[in-house]
Amino acid sequence: MSAFSAIGEQREAEEDEFTPGIEPQPTWCPGCGDFAVNNALKKAMARLGKNPDEVLLCTGIGCSGKLNSYFESYGFHTIHGRSLPVARAAKLANPGVEVVAAGGDGDGYGIGGNHFMHTARENHDMTYIVFNNEIFGLTKGQTSPTSPKGHKSKTQPSGSAKDPVRPLSLSLASGASYVARTAAVNPNQAADIIAEAVEHDGFAHVDFLTQCPTWNKDARQYVPYTDVQDSDDYDFDVTDRQEAGEMMYEVESKLYEGEVLTGRFYRDEDRRSYGEEKRATGEMPEEPLAERYYDEDAEWERCAEQLIDKHT
Amino acid sequence: MTDQELIWRIAGGSGDGIDSNSRYFAKALMRSGLDVFTHRHYPSRIRGGHTYVEVRATPDGAASRGDGYNFLLALGDSFARNPSEDAYYGNEELKPLTENLDDLREGGIIVYDSGLIDDEQVEEINLEERAEENGWHVYPVDLRGIAKEHGREIMRNNAGIGVTAALLDMDTSEYEGIMEEMWEEDILEANLAVIQDGYEQAQEFDQTHDLSIPDHDGPDEEQALVSGSDAIAYGALDAGCRFISGYPMTPWTDVFTIMSQNLPKFGGISEQVEDEIAAASLALGASHAGVKAMSGSSGGGFALMSEPLGLAEMSETPVVLVEAMRAGPSTGMPTKPEQADLEHVLYTSQGDSSRVVLAPGDQQECYEQIRTAFELAYDYQIPAILVYDQKLQGELRNVDASFFDREPDADPGSVITEEEIAEAAEHHAGKFKRFQYDADDGKEGVSPRSVPGQKGGRFLATGNEHNEAGHISEDPTNRVLQMDRRLGKLASIREELDEKGNQTHHGPEEAEYGIMCWGSHQGTVFEAVDRLNDAGHSVKAIGVSDLMPYPKEEVSAFLESVEECLVVEMNATAQFRGLTQKELGRFGPKLSSLLKYNGNPFEPAEIVEGFESSIEGEELAVSNMKYVPAAGD
Repeated sequence: MSAFSAIGEQREAEEDEFTPGIEPQPTWCPGCGDFAVNNALKKAMARLGKNPDEVLLCTGIGCSGKLNSYFESYGFHTIHGRSLPVARAAKLANPGVEVVAAGGDGDGYGIGGNHFMHTARENHDMTYIVFNNEIFGLTKGQTSPTSPKGHKSKTQPSGSAKDPVRPLSLSLASGASYVARTAAVNPNQAADIIAEAVEHDGFAHVDFLTQCPTWNKDARQYVPYTDVQDSDDYDFDVTDRQEAGEMMYEVESKLYEGEVLTGRFYRDEDRRSYGEEKRATGEMPEEPLAERYYDEDAEWERCAEQLIDKHT
Repeated sequence: MTDQELIWRIAGGSGDGIDSNSRYFAKALMRSGLDVFTHRHYPSRIRGGHTYVEVRATPDGAASRGDGYNFLLALGDSFARNPSEDAYYGNEELKPLTENLDDLREGGIIVYDSGLIDDEQVEEINLEERAEENGWHVYPVDLRGIAKEHGREIMRNNAGIGVTAALLDMDTSEYEGIMEEMWEEDILEANLAVIQDGYEQAQEFDQTHDLSIPDHDGPDEEQALVSGSDAIAYGALDAGCRFISGYPMTPWTDVFTIMSQNLPKFGGISEQVEDEIAAASLALGASHAGVKAMSGSSGGGFALMSEPLGLAEMSETPVVLVEAMRAGPSTGMPTKPEQADLEHVLYTSQGDSSRVVLAPGDQQECYEQIRTAFELAYDYQIPAILVYDQKLQGELRNVDASFFDREPDADPGSVITEEEIAEAAEHHAGKFKRFQYDADDGKEGVSPRSVPGQKGGRFLATGNEHNEAGHISEDPTNRVLQMDRRLGKLASIREELDEKGNQTHHGPEEAEYGIMCWGSHQGTVFEAVDRLNDAGHSVKAIGVSDLMPYPKEEVSAFLESVEECLVVEMNATAQFRGLTQKELGRFGPKLSSLLKYNGNPFEPAEIVEGFESSIEGEELAVSNMKYVPAAGD
């Protein structure tokens, strides 16, 4: 028997299985958009019949990092901006585990920006949810990489002189094979998109617009959202890089001015995930590496047998 | 001993084939039954510049580079020349000759490539006059010409081997055998012809020297020529390590490369990633998922790892990190050894530290101690750091091949099975009590560990202070219980390390004086101790490997038994002496320091001289070292 019997277990799951038995007192403010991410993730996991024991949720630091406390699964609450490198190695070490990483806009697009670019480039088979509320919440309201130009905060009292990061375009350009944006105000769409992202075989990036009722009251997260797939005004092929890129550019240019668009922006089902690529080049074993330690029949070669000839 | 040894130095520009050539040469001497030890000196430059490798060969054990050398093969720096014209970029092609003369012993041999270094240049440096003064025997040979005649100029290093063999009455068959194993037919033939040609030309010389290959018997058992990095990589593989992540940085790259080339053969995974923060974080992720993992770097890269290192401590994620020191601060001297990152590895990262830090003293200890690092990290759920330096990284030494033939350790450490999780029945709020205060499995402070995918083992690993199930908690009682539990591991680890006997002693037990060292200079210090005792002094030495937790009892006993102790280390601020005084809280007046930090490792004679000056209370006569007297003197 496998040492990891929770993995791939066929079952009907209930949403509340992903709620901790005794839920800790939430540290999120009343009305925080983070609750919506948690709910959507639970819904998606239940719908897919996942077992909380086969899911690993890696988070960074900030309000988003607290997700680990309110979502029941294996968890690794890492350090600021570093959820992705931890998550991707866990996936390589045991590809059977369902790996989800989550972080905030500062965590993911600021301090962890380099890891974001490289994880997307390598197309690791995992889901990455970024809680994008355009503000630093946990440190009490400083400008974030996605705050609009001119945004005033305690650390930019005259208004930010910087253009915001464009997460969707950045993701596409870096190589993510699934890119979507959803929002706390669209709970059904959010659960659908996260379920799709988890099912996707490759790096799935979900930019999740969340409101921060405490520090970012003026943000546009409260306005109505349109799903690009539901509107006849926006016609593009979600599998075409160029069309998707143009669409993303348009959407991200308008985020702080007009309509807020959400939905699926890019999907590439053909590109092999990093694990598959590595297996194809012989750089990664066929069987999950973690299993070897529990397999009594596994052969553990001595270095002397393979290497010592070179030195004698 | 010095009469019975050859120290052969091959010098040239980086890229002239110095490294591979000297490796084959050392291996040939080893196969013929000699003990060998190599020392590498190279600039932070890809092509050209002055570089050399020394191969020391003795019949009865070589544990250090030795003092100076007695055979120079100066290839001439081909990269100093503009190959398209006959113009020169200054006079760098002369450097392999000029830069090496200060260390050449009296009566030594000089072979230089007259095809690259012309007579006029040699006249300008007064070589003849200096040779006469020092009794050197100079043999100019057109190595470049020989190589060109049989193929390509790059083969002139092998022409030099032929000349060397003829001058030392050495049989070239071992060397040629190695070439046969390495090269394809056509390249091989040209190289063998070059060796032969060099040999024959040198036989015609009027040989005036009296140096030859030391007398020796055949080897007792098969020998392997390994560097510290080889030994670390193979020790890690035998420790069950199957995941490595890293970012290239000298000298850490060596271990990373060896591991990356071999891990796939062992069913493991290697990842070269975007930076060192990612590298260490990946190792944590793989370890969290149940695979034995390592990462590492050198000073500046290791600085980036301080963040994940702290996370490993707090989340009790086992991981092994290797720190290959080079001269600092900052980028320092990338290709020069120093032991100045000691305090960096001990104290980096925020909060009260609980980690294991080990510093092997030679190739065998590299292999042993990386295994110990994995064992402790995975049994105690704590990060373990193996710290060594650029010196041990690149030095080759022969070790009995059977030493490495050991059972791999496939035990994942303190991970429990699903059945055990089901029996534990101590679940807390739906989660497994991963950080249980009072778990008792015979190891102090160690709580049961599960990995993702196991049924019923859910927990949260976090860098925040947390309760037994891993939930973030700032409860004062919990804080103290968890802190004490984590820090308490070090006491059990100390006991295990004492059983292993990681510290190495050398010299007569009843000696009057002591010398202390840590890391790569152990062999050099031990050689100096032998010479001091031969010269009528009464000295013993201890090479300390355990830096955290510190072997207080053993070192105290050593220091109590001697009148004075000289602490030898390769840094400017006596970091190891400081650690010893801090850990022991006494012995300050007994400890003095011999320090060297000019980028070159100690030679045994320097330690002999430093010791003699220190007991006489005299000023050091040499300028490249520093003596710091005992506190309270």
